[in-house]
Amino acid sequence: MTAVDAQVRTETLQLGKAIGAALHDALEADDKVFLMGEDIGQLGGVFRVTDGLQATFGPQRVIDSPLAESAIIGTAVGMAYRGYRPVVEIQFDGFIYPGFDQIVAQVAKLHYRTKGRVRMPMVIRVPYGGDIGSVEHHSESPESYFAHTAGLRVVTAATPQEAYSTLRAAIASDDPVLFFEPKSRYWSKGEVDRSIVRDLDAASILVPGRDVTLATYGPVVQTALEAAEAAADEGIEIEVIDLRSISPLDVDTVVASVERTGRLVVAHEAPKEASVSSELVASVAERAFASMQAAPERVTAYDTPYPPSAFEESYLPSVDRILDAVDRTLGRRHSRSTEPAAQGGAR
Amino acid sequence: MSLIEDRSLTAPAPNPALAAGLDEPLTVLHPDGSRHASELLDAHLGDVDEHALTDLYVDLSILRRIDAEAFALTRQGELLLWPPSQGQEAAQIGSGRALRDTDFVFGSYREHGLAYLRGVDQGEAMRVWKGVQQSGWDPMEHHLATPQIIIGAQSLHATGYAMASRLDGSDDVAVAYFGDGATSEGDVNEAMVFASAFQAPVIFVCQNNQYAISEPVAVQSGFPLALRPTGFGIPSLRVDGNDVLAVLAATRIAVERARSGGGPTFIEAMTYRMGPHTSTDDPKRYRSEDEVAAWREKDPIVRLERHLEALGAPIDRIREEARIRCDAVAKDLRAAVTAVSVPDHRALFDHVYTTPTARLERQRAEHDAFVASVVPEEHA
Repeated sequence: MTAVDAQVRTETLQLGKAIGAALHDALEADDKVFLMGEDIGQLGGVFRVTDGLQATFGPQRVIDSPLAESAIIGTAVGMAYRGYRPVVEIQFDGFIYPGFDQIVAQVAKLHYRTKGRVRMPMVIRVPYGGDIGSVEHHSESPESYFAHTAGLRVVTAATPQEAYSTLRAAIASDDPVLFFEPKSRYWSKGEVDRSIVRDLDAASILVPGRDVTLATYGPVVQTALEAAEAAADEGIEIEVIDLRSISPLDVDTVVASVERTGRLVVAHEAPKEASVSSELVASVAERAFASMQAAPERVTAYDTPYPPSAFEESYLPSVDRILDAVDRTLGRRHSRSTEPAAQGGAR
Repeated sequence: MSLIEDRSLTAPAPNPALAAGLDEPLTVLHPDGSRHASELLDAHLGDVDEHALTDLYVDLSILRRIDAEAFALTRQGELLLWPPSQGQEAAQIGSGRALRDTDFVFGSYREHGLAYLRGVDQGEAMRVWKGVQQSGWDPMEHHLATPQIIIGAQSLHATGYAMASRLDGSDDVAVAYFGDGATSEGDVNEAMVFASAFQAPVIFVCQNNQYAISEPVAVQSGFPLALRPTGFGIPSLRVDGNDVLAVLAATRIAVERARSGGGPTFIEAMTYRMGPHTSTDDPKRYRSEDEVAAWREKDPIVRLERHLEALGAPIDRIREEARIRCDAVAKDLRAAVTAVSVPDHRALFDHVYTTPTARLERQRAEHDAFVASVVPEEHA
């Protein structure tokens, strides 16, 4: 290790702690940054992500708010009008809907409505996704609602480093950003270098491969990496792309990859209909149809409400479901058609 | 300054009578122009002399003229839509005159009087109603938020702004304007929760103009709207909204309370929207001529005119001065509206983000290419 390397501030952190570190560093760097949300102060958040921040920065920078999501977002709009950079927390994915109007009708549009004179440098943190064995409204993936709304940036992260770097970039952005935190990965550990700030718009190729492009984000990234490893044992090279940015989607990176591999699988925890995978598959087909050697495949949650946690294992994308889809793109299995009668075959 | 650490110092003392004017709205100017004593309001009107009354009269008259001119412009196809403010002049001018320039106003779509008072060019203000822009003015320049169509949403923005002002250690206040219907919205109620919890220097001005489009206020509430804030620990003042002095005094009370750390105040200004909800509405379907006629007797401008006359002011000269000012404003307004041109179609893509995304730039290029392909170039 060289002397320069030794100065890099790397440490091993859990993903949740990396988010806390990013919040700490952002609060320290800019006194216009403040945090607001339910239970984020004294308690340190229900996941302890904001643990210790109120003690360090005081109750005027880390604000325990009344229990009202529309007001958490809406008052942050007013504070942004006065030059602040709000970072607000929605306690769980399923609780964001009371704040939906303020997010999509106000936060997203104020810059456009005012021809750029009013900026909304707001970050809305949302712990999201399932696989934590919780009750209803605690495991949802509502990112598509926001990706559909112009004016918002929607991002997520899969590792402690990504979580730190993404949040710092989100707070630095003058555009409003929804940061979806994969709560099932809060306790996963990794190296974090606090000097790395990422580009909010770009996807990242985690594993190069020649056979199939597998694009995913958030909590499914780890599942995708495990699938790629398993496939490698069979000599199949899966190129794993962490989309990182849900809106805008980095279609260029995926198109370039599909032009090499000829095959596309998209995986995420959100239901399939009108989802990020719908958009990505359509966009890639528009631009790389000639390169595609197989129909694209999607591995998503089913189009049901998030089920009781006893069903989570069936509902969420798994290594096996991803490998099954990879096999179909490679022609190693039959297509998805489930029309039984016309085929007349054994069932 | 912390938002919460000094709560014990600023929390209002228990007060069994948080609301004033519940039985009869507070007033000092009666419809016949006579001035009546009000223990609560008079203390805040000491400086209002004949000169100040004349200024208020001119302001009220100009607002009415702006409204009439804009309404006429919808009939001439120059404006798409107009939400009239006739009848609500005193509520808007009276409250707006109690503010200073650095206070921040968050209105709905009917606060033409506030735009006028905050120095917005009328041509700019009309761009929204001409359909070429969603906010004609620079909110930061005029300390006036962009018009708000979503009912009550701005009450939260005002509360947040007030919280931020308090954090800054500033004595700037924020004011939210909304109608009676908005008090049914969750956002207005959540705004009161936050304003109360954080003792935000915000003033909620509810212009109770009796109707939410067609629904009378009785549909929103079976009791005075001014009672609602008391449940949040927010003091309220229910005033005659057609009495410009009563609204001025009540707003001054609220502003002084907010500036000195006393927290939020709710003002219910009892008034009446004399015209339709918007230029597309037909109020004859939901209210009687008798009702409208009864409110016409309470006209805020006539009332102030009678008062000036009773004071022995040179009313003919004042009327003439107002007329000259109104004519000038109307002429400028008409010229400005006519001069507004439709922006270049490329502006469609501007300002979605602070820096354009690759995705949007691609769509802009696709749009430009399509337009170029179907619009033949002019030949010399």
